[in-house]
Amino acid sequence: MHKTRPYAWTIATLLILSGVSIFVGVGDMTFSGLWLNPSEMQLLLISRGPRTFAALLSGASIAVSGVIMQLLVRNKFVEPGTTGTTESAMLGLLLVTVFAPQWPIFAKMAVAALTALLGVLGFVFLVRKLPPQRPLMIPIVGLIYGGILGAGATFIAYQADLIQYIGVWMSGEFSGVLAGRYELLWLAGGLTLLAYFSADQFTVAGLGRDTSRALGLRYGYVLALGVSTVALVSALVVVTVGMLPFVGLVVPNIVSRIMGDNLRQSLPVVAGLGAGCVLLSDIIGRVARFPYEIPAGTVFGILGAAVFLWLLLGRRSHV
Amino acid sequence: MISIEHVSYKIGDTPIISDVTTALPKGKVTALIGPNGAGKSSLLNIIARQATATTGTVEIDGLDVTQTDPRILAHKMAIVSQHVGVASRLRVRDLIGFGRWPHNHGRPTQIDVDKIDEALSQFDLEPLAHRFVDELSGGQRQRAFVAMGFVQDTDWVLLDEPLNNLDLRHARALMAHLKQMSAQHGKSIVIVLHDLNFAMSWADHIVALKNGQVAFSGPTRDVAHASSLSDLYNTDVQIHAQGEQFFVAHHGPL
Amino acid sequence: MFDKRLIVLFICLALASGVFLTWGLTGRIWFILELRSVKLVALISVGISIGLATVLFQTLSGNRILTPSIMGFDALFLLVQTSFVFSLGGVGYAGLSDLTLFAANTLVMVVAAVALFGMILRRSRKDIHLMILVGVVFGLMFRAISAFLQRMINPSEFSYIQGAMFAQFSAINGIELIASVVVLVMIGIWLARHCAVLDVVALGRDTARGLGINYDRFQFTTLCVIAALVSVSTALVGPITFLGLLVSTLAHSLMKSHRHALILPAAALISALVLVVGQTYFERIMRLQSTLSVAIEFGGGLLFLILLARGKTL
Repeated sequence: MHKTRPYAWTIATLLILSGVSIFVGVGDMTFSGLWLNPSEMQLLLISRGPRTFAALLSGASIAVSGVIMQLLVRNKFVEPGTTGTTESAMLGLLLVTVFAPQWPIFAKMAVAALTALLGVLGFVFLVRKLPPQRPLMIPIVGLIYGGILGAGATFIAYQADLIQYIGVWMSGEFSGVLAGRYELLWLAGGLTLLAYFSADQFTVAGLGRDTSRALGLRYGYVLALGVSTVALVSALVVVTVGMLPFVGLVVPNIVSRIMGDNLRQSLPVVAGLGAGCVLLSDIIGRVARFPYEIPAGTVFGILGAAVFLWLLLGRRSHV
Repeated sequence: MISIEHVSYKIGDTPIISDVTTALPKGKVTALIGPNGAGKSSLLNIIARQATATTGTVEIDGLDVTQTDPRILAHKMAIVSQHVGVASRLRVRDLIGFGRWPHNHGRPTQIDVDKIDEALSQFDLEPLAHRFVDELSGGQRQRAFVAMGFVQDTDWVLLDEPLNNLDLRHARALMAHLKQMSAQHGKSIVIVLHDLNFAMSWADHIVALKNGQVAFSGPTRDVAHASSLSDLYNTDVQIHAQGEQFFVAHHGPL
Repeated sequence: MFDKRLIVLFICLALASGVFLTWGLTGRIWFILELRSVKLVALISVGISIGLATVLFQTLSGNRILTPSIMGFDALFLLVQTSFVFSLGGVGYAGLSDLTLFAANTLVMVVAAVALFGMILRRSRKDIHLMILVGVVFGLMFRAISAFLQRMINPSEFSYIQGAMFAQFSAINGIELIASVVVLVMIGIWLARHCAVLDVVALGRDTARGLGINYDRFQFTTLCVIAALVSVSTALVGPITFLGLLVSTLAHSLMKSHRHALILPAAALISALVLVVGQTYFERIMRLQSTLSVAIEFGGGLLFLILLARGKTL
């Protein structure tokens, strides 16, 4: 495959999907109407546009944070959504909502990021204890670890009568996205861009601590950078739209099978494919039971799990 | 007699055994030998009904193994496993006791208890009778499995490389037991062996496989010559006689 | 058969049941007793089903870390249930009698489970971790599809989310309960007759076949039994992922035997005991509703991680 083909395909697909996203939804909007009718332009600027951007940004940043985690943990079947990071962020958000509901959104986000960081570190620590010749144990441990954290969060939610919030956060959706309520996601996008500039360092870090050090890499620094990015992105997405599991796991694996693991080349495609998957899930969620909406997280929960199973059962060459 | 007629076996697209026809004599110790990947274990598995041949038939004393009721076959042949995938912990005595299942279907009688005691003493397992199987060493576990096959009281006993984990003394003891089972009790033993010396010293009948086909087969003294063995293993092999024993020499610089 | 430990367990269960029925009994005594009795029978039935299903599944899969719920059996049942509602439509669903629904759900569940988990079991002895992961992801996928279908059926309510995620011990359907008890009795009889065979099955496919057992046919029947048991417990209260693991670990630690004649009753009794005691504790003493299942998920999940890390059972 030519080097330019994946990029071109990705950009084209994203443009098409974005176009579709803008015109799909409750509320009339036509291309000509946009210019003629001021209320339609409002709809675009306040709802459709931000919603589309939110989906693209969260998809891209989650996919990239998935790659980072896979390199740091040295296992292809992990991502923040399936290893307890998002559950940790949710736990933090829950605690803030219980104890300090009046805090501004930035403060809440900071707490969520902090708990997410603890969650990631907990997982990385757990993984260190596992035997390396059993690679599939790592995603299993991640899923159960996330499940335990989720159960803990549910327990607190039951006691504080916040169980409805948990339901919303657990299946990420974009229906509540309006201009002025999603801008944090641009921060996630910025972090993703930063990650791109550090792509080579992450690739080397993926060879392991000893190899990286031997190659002159500041491993501890890169590890800290990676873990922080993952935690921050997870917190940003969870706070703004909720959990979107499987995106960070499935997208990097597919890109890896097509393009290999040279991050400098593949990272843009990973971001693009992630963005596209989430946006597509959101579009499906909007039309499946029109005019009601199904959360994008639920839609991709099915698609992503199916692809994950295919990855596991189809070609079992390496993990 | 076990008759193997035109048996072929494939895994996916890879042929493992191609059109093998041979007969394994009754009341004797038969060794299946050959280089790695020759198909020895696969052939044994097909006889033992643990794998299904792609073509051809295997008959044991006139019974087609794929057509006969497993319960009847369990009275005819015992297959000595390498391991048991059990989740809960078994004691050695319990494991051996399972070998009596075809006879008592879970309701042990005094006969069963006596047979188990006999096996425990024959295979040097009496001090280990109440230990858990997963706590034993590789060699001890191997002997426990052979004891389980022994207790099943069948005409035929099939073993797949049972000597791997055994030290000199126990390997020799096991082969001596098998020989005794055949000579004195009329049992027929089929054993896959890696070590030529054991095959030469203990087997009455040899079936040699190479690349999934029979290279040669027949009574040991007749067919196992230096030339046929050298061809089989693609390396220089010489046979020296020392009194009653034969010694296969295959070491030294290439 | 009547091992001392089993008798002790039975007595504990009887005592716990007594406490459950009579703790804080005031006011309209007979009415409350009736309600509590129904709940008690449900708790014990669910406990027995989960305990038995887990031990049987572990026998088939050859290890002590897998359980039907970890592998997604109960998520599958929820999916079957939800699909029924979705395809029949609200009116059609309400039109069928409870018994028909229960039977139909269970039947489809058995077929689906045997197909899916038969496939998984066949490959699992070669690569156990792969199969655990596959089972867990299947479970996640089934839950996602159920959530999707539930949204399609009823797009504007949130309450279903609670029901789908964790078990509810509050609303028990009377007809389903009776049907469940009947199913349990039948299964109990079948198990009593086949305990010895199960012991041989536990040795693994090759060894069992070498001893004359028709392993494939027995695996099929056992999977049907497991599916029916899971249907019973999930239909009554919903999914409890880690109870089976907790119970089976305790049963093996207590009985220290490979014999199903001992392990099966032990698991059933311990499971029922955990549920009755747990529910009494959380509902009566702590006055916390709906948290028993969460507590079990939490504790059981920890146990799972510990067992996995120790690696001794794989």
